[in-house]
Parts: sequence; C-alpha cells; structure tokens
Amino acid sequence: MGSSGIRDRVAIVGMGCTRFGEHWDSSAADLLVDATEELFAATPVVNKDDVDAYWLGTLASGQSGMTLSTALCPDYKPVTRVENYCATGSEAVRNACYAVASGAYDRALAVGVEKLKDSGFSGLVRSDPPGDGTAAELSLTAPAAFSFLDPAYCARYGVHENDMREAMTHIAWKNHANGALNPKAQFRSGVTKEQVEQAQVVAGRLGVLDCSGVSDGAAAALVVPAEEAHLYTDRPLFIKGLSLVAGAAGGASDPAYDFTTFPEVVHSARDAFAQAGVTDPATELSLAEVHDCFTPTELVLMEDLGFAERGRAWKDVLNGAFELTGRLPVNPDGGLKSFGHPVGASGLRMLYECWLQFRGEAGQRQLDDPRLAVTHNLGGRPGNCVSFVAVVGPDRTG
Amino acid sequence: MSSANGIVAYAGYVPRYRVQREEMAAGLGAQSGPGARVVAGFDEDSTTMGVEAAAALLATLPEGDRAPAGGLYLATTSPAYADKANAAAVHAALDLPSSAFAADVAGSARSGMAAWRAAAADGGMAIMSDVRRGLPGSGDERTGGDGAAAFLFGDADHAVAEIVAQVSETAEILDRWRAPGGAAAGQWEERFGVEAYQPLAERAVRAVTDAAGGVAPDHAVVVSPNPGVAKRVRRLAAGAVSTTGSPVGHAGAADAGLGLADALDRAQPGETILVLSVADGCDALMLRVTDRIAAARQPHPVADQLTCGIDVPYPTYLAWRGLLEREPPRRPEPDRPAGPPSARGARWKFAFTGARCLRCGFVHLPPQRVCKGCRAADDMVPCPLARSAGTVATYTVDHLAFSPSPPLIEAVIDFDGGGRYTLEVADAAPETITVGTRVTLTFRMLYTSHGVHNYFWKARVADTQAPGYRQATPDAKRGADHG
Repeated sequence: MGSSGIRDRVAIVGMGCTRFGEHWDSSAADLLVDATEELFAATPVVNKDDVDAYWLGTLASGQSGMTLSTALCPDYKPVTRVENYCATGSEAVRNACYAVASGAYDRALAVGVEKLKDSGFSGLVRSDPPGDGTAAELSLTAPAAFSFLDPAYCARYGVHENDMREAMTHIAWKNHANGALNPKAQFRSGVTKEQVEQAQVVAGRLGVLDCSGVSDGAAAALVVPAEEAHLYTDRPLFIKGLSLVAGAAGGASDPAYDFTTFPEVVHSARDAFAQAGVTDPATELSLAEVHDCFTPTELVLMEDLGFAERGRAWKDVLNGAFELTGRLPVNPDGGLKSFGHPVGASGLRMLYECWLQFRGEAGQRQLDDPRLAVTHNLGGRPGNCVSFVAVVGPDRTG
Repeated sequence: MSSANGIVAYAGYVPRYRVQREEMAAGLGAQSGPGARVVAGFDEDSTTMGVEAAAALLATLPEGDRAPAGGLYLATTSPAYADKANAAAVHAALDLPSSAFAADVAGSARSGMAAWRAAAADGGMAIMSDVRRGLPGSGDERTGGDGAAAFLFGDADHAVAEIVAQVSETAEILDRWRAPGGAAAGQWEERFGVEAYQPLAERAVRAVTDAAGGVAPDHAVVVSPNPGVAKRVRRLAAGAVSTTGSPVGHAGAADAGLGLADALDRAQPGETILVLSVADGCDALMLRVTDRIAAARQPHPVADQLTCGIDVPYPTYLAWRGLLEREPPRRPEPDRPAGPPSARGARWKFAFTGARCLRCGFVHLPPQRVCKGCRAADDMVPCPLARSAGTVATYTVDHLAFSPSPPLIEAVIDFDGGGRYTLEVADAAPETITVGTRVTLTFRMLYTSHGVHNYFWKARVADTQAPGYRQATPDAKRGADHG
C-alpha cells in the first residue's frame, strides 16, 4: 500500500442520523434533510452556507450531485455524488476527508442516503449496464452469494455445520440484542436463538434473520481540519486511518480462493491500521462497527480484521468475545443486521455510533471510556468486492 | 461438396425430467395411462436440446475432425425464435467455423425429414429437436415427448449406416395442425387420418423395398403424429428383429430421428433399418448398418437415457410450459441480454470459451485483456472449456432469486486445468450438490426477458456421481417406450 495516511489531519465535528427503517412517509430528499438538519441543529456554530463542498453517497436513490442540491438547496456549492456498492457511505466521507486534508476546503459535508423501500421488491435491486446475460451477479442474490461462506468455512477449518450454525445464530442474536438498546435501529426487539434458526430460509442456510434489514435512512458528517476541530465541538472524532481497496474479482475467477476470507478486507485493514499505528487490533480497539450484511460475513470479518485467529472466530463468537461486555464489542449499535442497511447511509451510520460512543452519548449500550474504534464497510460479494476500513479516535494524538 | 451416401455419426438426446402420467390424471380427474412422459426442463428448448444432441454426436468424432463439410440444419416444430435462425445459436454453441451454413427447417413434423434431406445432400448435419406442448389433459400432453437427435452425413467409406433407398409421398390431409405460436395442436378424428395415410404408407413401403432391391428390414421404426397411424402402419412394415416407434412418444420433428438413433444403438453390422415417418405424406428410408457402427455408437444410448429420469411434479411442469402461472418472487425480472455485448462475447456466451494467459497460464472466464494472475496485458489465447469437467468449490440454493423455476441452485465451479466461474446447476435437486461434486457443462436457456432468450451454460452433475438420479420404475420404462 502506498498511502501515506491521513492520521489526525481531519476530524468529524458534527453528525446526524435518521432512524433507519421503513419510512413510507419520507422520500430520499426528506431523509437527506432530516439527517443534515439534525447535524446543523447539534452543531450550532455552522449553518448550511458555511459548508464549502458536499459529497453525496447513494447507490440507487438518485443520480448526480443534483439529488442533494435539489433537496438541501445549498448556495451554488460543489456536490459530488459517489457510489461504491454497499461501501458508498464510507466513500462519501472518505472523499470529504481528503478534500479537507488537501487544504482546498475548510468544511466538507458527507451525506449518505438510501430509499430502498419504494421498490416493492425484497432485498437489494441492482441496476446494471446492458450486458450479455452471463454474469452470475445478475441472477444470484446477495444472501446467496454470502451464503457461499458457510459451507466453505466449515470445510476449510473442519467446523461441524451445527457449530457454524450456532455461531451464525449467536451473531444475529447479539446484534439484535444490541439494536434493541438503540432508539434509531430498524429492529428494536431482541430475537431468540430459536427464532433465528427457525426463520424462513432465504439462501443456503441463511434465514431471514441471518440477513441485514432492508431499510431507508440517511446519515451525515461534517469534516473539518483537525487543528480547527475544537472550534466546532469539545468532543471531535479524529480520523486516524482510511483505506479503500477494490479487488480485481480475483476470487470469483481464481480456484485458489476458498471463500473463507475477503482479501480486499485484509488489504484495506492492513493499510488503515498502518496509518493509525495500530499493531494489534484485537487488543488496541475499544469497539468495531463492521459490515455484518449476513451473519457469516461478520464471522469471517473477525478473522480478516485481525480480531480473531484464522479458524477460531466461531469459537470467540460463541464465547461472547464480541458482545457489549466482551473483550472487543462489535456492532454495539446493532449493525446492519438490526440497525438496518440503507446502503448509501450505512458507512456513515457506523461512524455515527463511534461518534456517540466517544461522546458518552450511546445510552444503554454506552461502553466504558472507548479510545479507538474501527468502521468496516464492504461492497460487493465474496470474491468480488470493495472494502473500506477507517480507524477513528476521540483524541488528536491517540 | 459431393452428395453424401451415409450417416457417419449420430446421437439422440432425451431430457432428464419425467412427469408420471398417473399424477397428470390425478391432477385433472382423468384416466391414467401407464408410465411417465419425457419432458424438457424449464431451461431447455429446441435450440438447447439440439445443441445437446449435436455436441454428443461431435464428441464421438476425433478432435480436429468435427466441422461438418456441409451445412447445419435445425428442424423443429417449436422454434425458440421466428425471424432469427435458431440454427445460428446451435452453430455458435458448437463453436463451428463461420464458413459453415446454418439454417432452420421449422414448422411441421416433416421438417425433420427436410433437414435430413438437406444434410444428406451436402454432407452436413441434421439436427431434429422438439418440445411438444399440449393442453392439460390432451393426448399431446400424455403421449407426446420432448427430445432431439442429430445425424452427420458423409461418404459411404466412412458411414456407420448407408442410405440404401429413400422415397417420399406427399398429401394434403387435415390431420394435425396448429396456428403459429399456439400452445396446442388440433387433431382431426384419429380414424380419418388412419384411413387417409394408409395407402400412402403402403405405396412408400413398396417403393422403398423395390428401390432397395427387395431387401426386407431387420429393424423397422414407424412414427406418426397420429397414434392410430403409427399403430396401423407397424403392421405393414414389421422388422425381422425389432419394430419400434418413437422412444419418447410423438416428438414432432425429432420423432423419426430419435427412433432411428435408438435403432442404431441396437442394430448390428449388416442389418437393415426401415424408417417410416407418416406426416403430411410418408417418408421411407432404408438404411444398412456397416461394420463401423461398433466404434461409432453414441456413449449414452437412447434406451439408457430413458431409464435415468428425475420426476417433476405435474404442477411444476405446467408452470414450466407456461400453462400455469406461478406467483413470481418479489424480485425484479432480469434485463434482456443486449445484442452488441452478446455478439462481442459470442465465443464466451455461446461456446464457453475463456482466455488463457500465455505468460502465467491463468485461465479467465470470461476472457479479459489484463491477466488477474500476472497483470500482463493482451497476451492471451482462447481457451475453450465447454467440454471440460470441473468440481464444485462451493454452492448455494437461492430461494430469493428470480428463476423460471425456483429455487435457483448455483455453484462455483473450478475447471480441470484452470478457470473458475459461478454457474447455475441444471437438472439438479439441491441434495445432489456438495463441495467436491464433479460436473460437466450443458447449454441452456437461463430465462426469457422481453422476448429475448438468455442462452448460456450451466453445470450439470456428472452422471456417475448423481445420487439424485433414480432408475425409472418398470412402469415408467414401459410407458416411455411408447409406440
């Protein structure tokens, strides 16, 4: 990796996030207004006109910067729309960070939005350029593509399918329990392990409760130079490392890839950790927000992000290592699983939880003095994806 | 291109699926016949089954000797497209040179004989393929059948069967008809056809016997869209060794071809085969099997294919044929395949040809310019894999995906010698797939969107390792051996 890093050069000084869920009464424009108005209300020293530039992340709820500019009506400001599959929200904040770090702008606003529930379809709906009809992604749904992880992981590590099932169930149960403590989560009730395992099958061994919530929502972050951060808030969130990697779809074409890992995640984590000076993520981090689109994804991510040894994450999961009271709480806000997954907003929602935790505003799920956090956002599918990792902390010299 | 005097290779294809006639009858409160109806899968049509038969035929020939000298003629009563040659898709799937002529001979059962005559005249390949639909409760549904056969013609020196004589009679008879595109055929009172066809058949049998120098048939294959005719004419033209009809029931343009393929599976060197196809007249062929038959028989005889069926529930079959509309999944319908990318990637889409990096050997499916192994650009050679076998690396059953017949079974396939791709699995029950299952490839129609068929390849569990394949019941065997 050639990135020299962005450690402590920029900070997030204001955030907003809508409740995620089925917003039948709100359009994408409404959700954009809701998230940004919440941010400005909580950050009274700035108003909309003080923002120098906007980055909008949305997968499919609008095109171009106009989606944001027609909703928020900024005064002839630059608005860039970005899209990078399910890592779209992280891509928006990443670009805003680099824009501020370059010195070109003093205040950049990253906003992510997705309005999934207007389609009438189950799950995500793709919009693909005209093609020859041979791409597997055209027919295979996201849960099916991620369900490949389950038999592959069992085969590689000799894990009995019942143990694997139990680990996947535990992840769903844990994230629902966390989400139940979160007033902005889509699903605010816990689920029993029996409910998880008896849920209607979607693909492979994944049932409905192994899948993230399909939802509407928006989230926003105001990015400023790190040295000015305290002008806006007494508790800024400092960016320690940012990394984005796009794979060459090697895994989808290379028989050497065995569907038990995301090489893109390994590479992006290595890069972000190096920028942040993290050498042992399993012990140095206070919390992690990871891309738990499906339960086996979170399991594999524990290994790819270095939170568990290879082939051992299923045991750590079952031992409670990643629960709120565990050695490294993962998805304390409920994750994609329970908070919901409005694609363009999800990466920003992960940062929002870190923001709340560092400020001591996470309510019933507040962790004790968190010092360093990771957000991980994945776009695509096993063998064929982009991966984003951020390391963030509450102190400028962390 | 000289006129060809014999068949140099042949193959028949019987699709895997069966509907038990008892279940059809129970569903409709009707009378039940014995056995099972052979039905094409939801992802099969006359084009894909034609590819199956033709590919099986070409596989019996030595590598490098597989391009027919003459044209490729696809006969069917159920063309997948009108106004566009379905034979072109077959030609592409077989990866034949662009200089080969390919055209459809579509419309009636007799189109099968038209393809035969055309291919025999120029040393080409006749492919006869049909999906026979009938309304629920109809005779076509009950006693029809789906399947394909292919014959390659060449000179007598290379023939597995010489064409000794061939005669035809033509008559305008309103016995069977169907409006173009219609789901079901009409048939006049059966006995009218029997009376009308009998004199034609008698004349044809006499004429072909005379033309063959008075030789009597050892094997007789008698087929007709009219079941009464088939029954009556068998008495006029019995073979000394065997007298059979269509192995799967009336199979439209594939009827005579499937019957002949079955006879060639069984016939011994020196024996004669009389083929009588009674449709809009009568075509009579007298063939004599040569010594070369022993080495040239198709590896999977028609009779064997009949015994390894998979039962499909009657309502599922009705949904496959568009006779029962099922609630679709709450998912968008797929886009239609676009013309320009399909044409640019024709060798990929239709012939499953990837690219192999000349520097590091990495096999790319689909082909691409920059190597994923060593990153070298534009240093690739085509890598045809349609005849390759592979192994399931991982798999899933997708209950959410759009499919004409959910759930969709999809597997990541690692090909022997390199290359990986994620493919749908054809003709499979979910329990037949696991990590390590061996598969081969089959050309199928994935779905139709806005009138465009999406043809591509699917994995198919290799026969020897298919626990899901059960032996057909004795009844099913008898029923399938309709005559």
